Amino acid sequence: MSAASPISMFRWIVARDLMLAWRRRSDVLSTLFFFVIVASLFPLGIGPETQLLRSIAPGVVWVAALLASMLSLGRMFQSDEQDGTLEQMLLTPQPLYLVVLGKVLAQWLVSEVPLVLIAPLLGVQFGLASDTLLILFVSLLIGTPILSLIGSIGAALTLGLRGGGVLIALLILPLYIPVLIFGAGAVDASINGVSPLANLYLLGAFLVVSLVFAPWATSAALRISLE
Amino acid sequence: MECLRGDRRLFRDLSFSLTPGTLLQITGPNGSGKTSLLRILCGLTTAESGEIKWHGAEIRSLAEEYSRSIAYIGHRVAVKEELSSIENLRISSGLAGCELTHGQAQQALARVGLAGRENLPARFLSEGQRRRSALARLINCTAVLWILDEVLASLDHAAVTLVETLISEHLSKGGMAIVATHLELHISAGLFHRLELESPGSSTARKGSPS
Repeated sequence: MSAASPISMFRWIVARDLMLAWRRRSDVLSTLFFFVIVASLFPLGIGPETQLLRSIAPGVVWVAALLASMLSLGRMFQSDEQDGTLEQMLLTPQPLYLVVLGKVLAQWLVSEVPLVLIAPLLGVQFGLASDTLLILFVSLLIGTPILSLIGSIGAALTLGLRGGGVLIALLILPLYIPVLIFGAGAVDASINGVSPLANLYLLGAFLVVSLVFAPWATSAALRISLE
Repeated sequence: MECLRGDRRLFRDLSFSLTPGTLLQITGPNGSGKTSLLRILCGLTTAESGEIKWHGAEIRSLAEEYSRSIAYIGHRVAVKEELSSIENLRISSGLAGCELTHGQAQQALARVGLAGRENLPARFLSEGQRRRSALARLINCTAVLWILDEVLASLDHAAVTLVETLISEHLSKGGMAIVATHLELHISAGLFHRLELESPGSSTARKGSPS
């Protein structure tokens, strides 16, 4: 028995959630397929008009990413709440902040990173140039952790509610708007030959702010949900 | 201490203290607030009025330090269906702050009668076996205060005896336990108190005499 350190507990949380995700692979794959299909429907519906496709690409890929990440949010705490694991997590001898951060990291790795990796491939469908594809990748890489962090607040607030899925969307999608604007804005800027750095810096600032405040808000919401 | 759930008062004017080596059994009819009381004692729920102190300090102010001192097994046993017993045990112990090696976990599971089933995903286990695997958490745990809710439900005779032995050992090492159950507990060591909660209609709970 070794002494408990915050880092080792953090590691246990992340490892546990990754292991659980591996055992429930179909959940993860369904999110990914949803993203791919939604983003692919647009070129099919609009037709092969390169200029139009290119100009809607940033918005479409980003909106598809937002919607796909909504799908996985509902599951973030639900099963842990149902079998009592969440109570145990609240009673761990480490700050709840770390537990939440661990779960958010795992959720991001499992549900968002695959989207980020496959997004450039979808960008090709829209006829994006290779440097724009890179910006799309980078903007999603910075933006999706924000989605997970903010989403965790909604997941915690709607825990145990019937019809929680819809409620999460209503609560969280408005909060996603700045991420969408600056994420899609970065890609847009790159398409128009402007430097996307300003948008990316702002996304980075959002990431830092939500990294500090979101787990804290989620912890408070979890305590209230389990009262 | 007073507890309200919704607009119903479950109990009020409840007061007790525990000394090392004491077992407190909480009995009472269904809906009398046993689980609520235990959750309040864990700090999961807040009491309507009153305070819970641990070594003289309010548990809210101790926060994580208090969590380190307690082990709670609730109604829902926190056993993940997708994980095997050994993974469940090692992970929940890791989260509770006492990491187990593979060997230690295996021994603990053997003690609760799950030898040979360590690697089976928990969804293939029966309700009783899941409870047993939750109990294995207590074996190597360093918590001083055990808070066990309906821990004997769906356990067979052998397992009930095992729980009694575990509690007795814990008490003889100076630990404390608060157990909500209807069954008689036969404890060979330590002091034994009983607290009987009354049905929600009547508003006071009476403190049982030590037996």
